[in-house]
Amino acid sequence: MSEWIFYAFAALAVAGALGMVLNVRNTVAGALSLVATMVSLGGIYVMLGAYLIGVLQILVYAGAIVVVFLFVVMLLNLREDGFASGRQWATKAVGATLGVAAAVGLIGLLPAHFPEAAALPEGFGGYRVVAALLFTDYVLAFEVSSLLLLSAMVGAVILARRSTD
Amino acid sequence: MVGEAVILSAILFAIGTVGALVRRNVIVVLMSIELMLNAVNLALVAFSRQWADPAGQMLVLMVIVVAAAEVAVGLGIVIALFRNRESLNVEDASLLKW
Repeated sequence: MSEWIFYAFAALAVAGALGMVLNVRNTVAGALSLVATMVSLGGIYVMLGAYLIGVLQILVYAGAIVVVFLFVVMLLNLREDGFASGRQWATKAVGATLGVAAAVGLIGLLPAHFPEAAALPEGFGGYRVVAALLFTDYVLAFEVSSLLLLSAMVGAVILARRSTD
Repeated sequence: MVGEAVILSAILFAIGTVGALVRRNVIVVLMSIELMLNAVNLALVAFSRQWADPAGQMLVLMVIVVAAAEVAVGLGIVIALFRNRESLNVEDASLLKW
């Protein structure tokens, strides 16, 4: 039963990703199919025992990041399709070949059978376990990430600002 | 389920690679990079499940933070690019090309 739910989520994720990459007409539809990928990945995270990450995936990716993408697409309001000129078969062929090579190479690195997954301790994947790790062993990374977010915020405001001179 | 999840992660990473290489809309290129980050997140969660080690999930949190920062700065650059070039085509931003 749970395998079939996993496969359904996986098919939805791949379909959404393909829809995002292959949709050359409508960027808004591409962003919305990316939402489908994000939500199904959140479901897979929950199935893998990462409950907190699953919730954060849906909140942050589907709820915030894709909304920012949609916001920018609608702000710039690209009516005419300015990407049709020049078919560029060579670039597309090379890109597709590299993509297939990446997939085959990555899958080839995997062992044929994973060993039986370790038994999960109590509370695995909940906020207590992850937060305990975040505030003890990895507290430096946590603080640096707050600095990164602050600098990204200031940088985004300065980049997107209309110049006043 | 862990092995299938890692294979799915490789497939999603490859799709994101193709999108970032082939598409010429800057916003779609950024979304493809997000997709590649998500594929790596899925691999991290799968290995975290395999070894019952929550450190992988902590790394996913860090990747989500970096992705959010990347989107904020990247879309700021996209808006600045659109102001200067009136276009979102990567071919029009070729000033530094050889």
